[in-house]
Amino acid sequence: MIRLEYRDVTMRFADASGRALTAIEGVSFAVDDGEVVSLIGPSGCGKSTLLNIGSGLYAPSSGEARVDGEPVAGPNSHVAFMLQKDLLLPWRTIAENVALGLEIHRQPKTECARRARELLASFNLADFAHRYPHQLSGGMRQRVALARTLAVDPHVLLLDEPFSAVDAQTRIALQHELAQTLKRAGKTALLITHDLLEAVILSDRVLVMSARPGHIIDEMRIEIGHRDEPLRRRRDAKVESYMARLMERLEIARPAPAQGAPAPA
Amino acid sequence: MNGSSRSTMLRRGTAASVALFIVFLAAWEWGPRLLGIPSFVVPPASAVYGEFTRMLSVNHLMFHTGVTAAEVIAGFILGSLMGALFGYLLGMSPTAEFALSPYILALQIAPKVAFAPLFIMWMGFTVYPKILVAVLIVFFPVMVNVLTAIRGIDPDLINLARSFTATRAQVFWKIEFPSSMPQLFASLRIGSTLAVVGVVVGELVGGNSGLGYLLTFGEGQANTPMVFVCILMLTLIGGIAYVAVILLERRVLHYVPARPLGGI
Repeated sequence: MIRLEYRDVTMRFADASGRALTAIEGVSFAVDDGEVVSLIGPSGCGKSTLLNIGSGLYAPSSGEARVDGEPVAGPNSHVAFMLQKDLLLPWRTIAENVALGLEIHRQPKTECARRARELLASFNLADFAHRYPHQLSGGMRQRVALARTLAVDPHVLLLDEPFSAVDAQTRIALQHELAQTLKRAGKTALLITHDLLEAVILSDRVLVMSARPGHIIDEMRIEIGHRDEPLRRRRDAKVESYMARLMERLEIARPAPAQGAPAPA
Repeated sequence: MNGSSRSTMLRRGTAASVALFIVFLAAWEWGPRLLGIPSFVVPPASAVYGEFTRMLSVNHLMFHTGVTAAEVIAGFILGSLMGALFGYLLGMSPTAEFALSPYILALQIAPKVAFAPLFIMWMGFTVYPKILVAVLIVFFPVMVNVLTAIRGIDPDLINLARSFTATRAQVFWKIEFPSSMPQLFASLRIGSTLAVVGVVVGELVGGNSGLGYLLTFGEGQANTPMVFVCILMLTLIGGIAYVAVILLERRVLHYVPARPLGGI
């Protein structure tokens, strides 16, 4: 069953000087139920735009996004997103932050508190339920943000570089936690990342986007198994070859042509 | 700063503060005499205190202080409420802000106290023109701070709430309103002292009650100690208003990491 689908999605913006600019062009792909798909590509290729379209925050110029077969017409409770910034509200306790989405959905107070307690316990954060965000480390705050995303029980998680602002060791721990959670809850996820290794070890499939106007130029199924154990996957011999192919597709090894730069006079 | 060094600092600071106050009073009492300054220019502390007790019985000092304090409170509360209301409304409507910005700018530049004679011509020698000057003078810093706070909110926070299917009202009450609290309180601190300025100017211009009236009365009699007493009482009113705002701020912004000494 297809959970999330993009059908021929194109997005045009007006840039600062008013010129029309095509951010993404003719993007089509589908994510199955319970599948984790990573999206990688050069900066500014429109990856985040795709997420915003999927979450219903922006409408595409043409084409459509569908969640559970329904066209996305605006923000809906089946999709939740998480960004690089934890976006915790400083005036709310950790438990109240986790319950934000539930409150917006007008769940009763006791239900909000119960769900928040449950999620914090599963992330080993129960002792911090009544602390405030500034009292937590960056890694803990990002786990709280993940708990907040899961609290509304979305079918689809849209994750925009969720771990790029934390240090390398914390990131490894968070990747493990995310992989376990996604597997346990059977959630469908679309993950944007700049980290090629992260894309390979966390996903069932990796999609590669081109520079602007962004479109899908490669699709790679990760045949390693144990998607819930990224630490184990890291050590797999096949990781090297996947990474090599990604680097090839992203033209990382070659000197990049000066795209968009003014020609030398 | 750890607990013991903080308590040491507080103890030393309090001792120094008390010592400094005694030195200040002594200098005020005997300084002018030593420097040959006549007491009608700078009356010594004892003369000001004597005038204070005399004014309590003869000039209804407490009545006039009460009138001024009531006008300050009314002007401050009304001005802050209106400033906050307009700040939030303009914050939510960039179009309205754009359309109104020349008028807002003009009113902001105009010296608000200059309106005092106008308001007295409109409303007579009552308490209302004084309150109105205070409202006007408090309004702008509050409005501008709230507007800036709303404009400065991370759009991703708004998008987060929207992605949870928040309505416009939910975005306001769950994100925008609480986000604006630190800046709102910063402006209320400023407003609490400005309210006293507005009321006093109103009282100076016309009327027969309030500390501003006693100020002009003392001036007319060349009674310098009386002017000093009025200035001290006005400072006291402003100080109480300022501390009240800070106490409220500490309750509302309890989640902000503690600043050394609470940042008065």
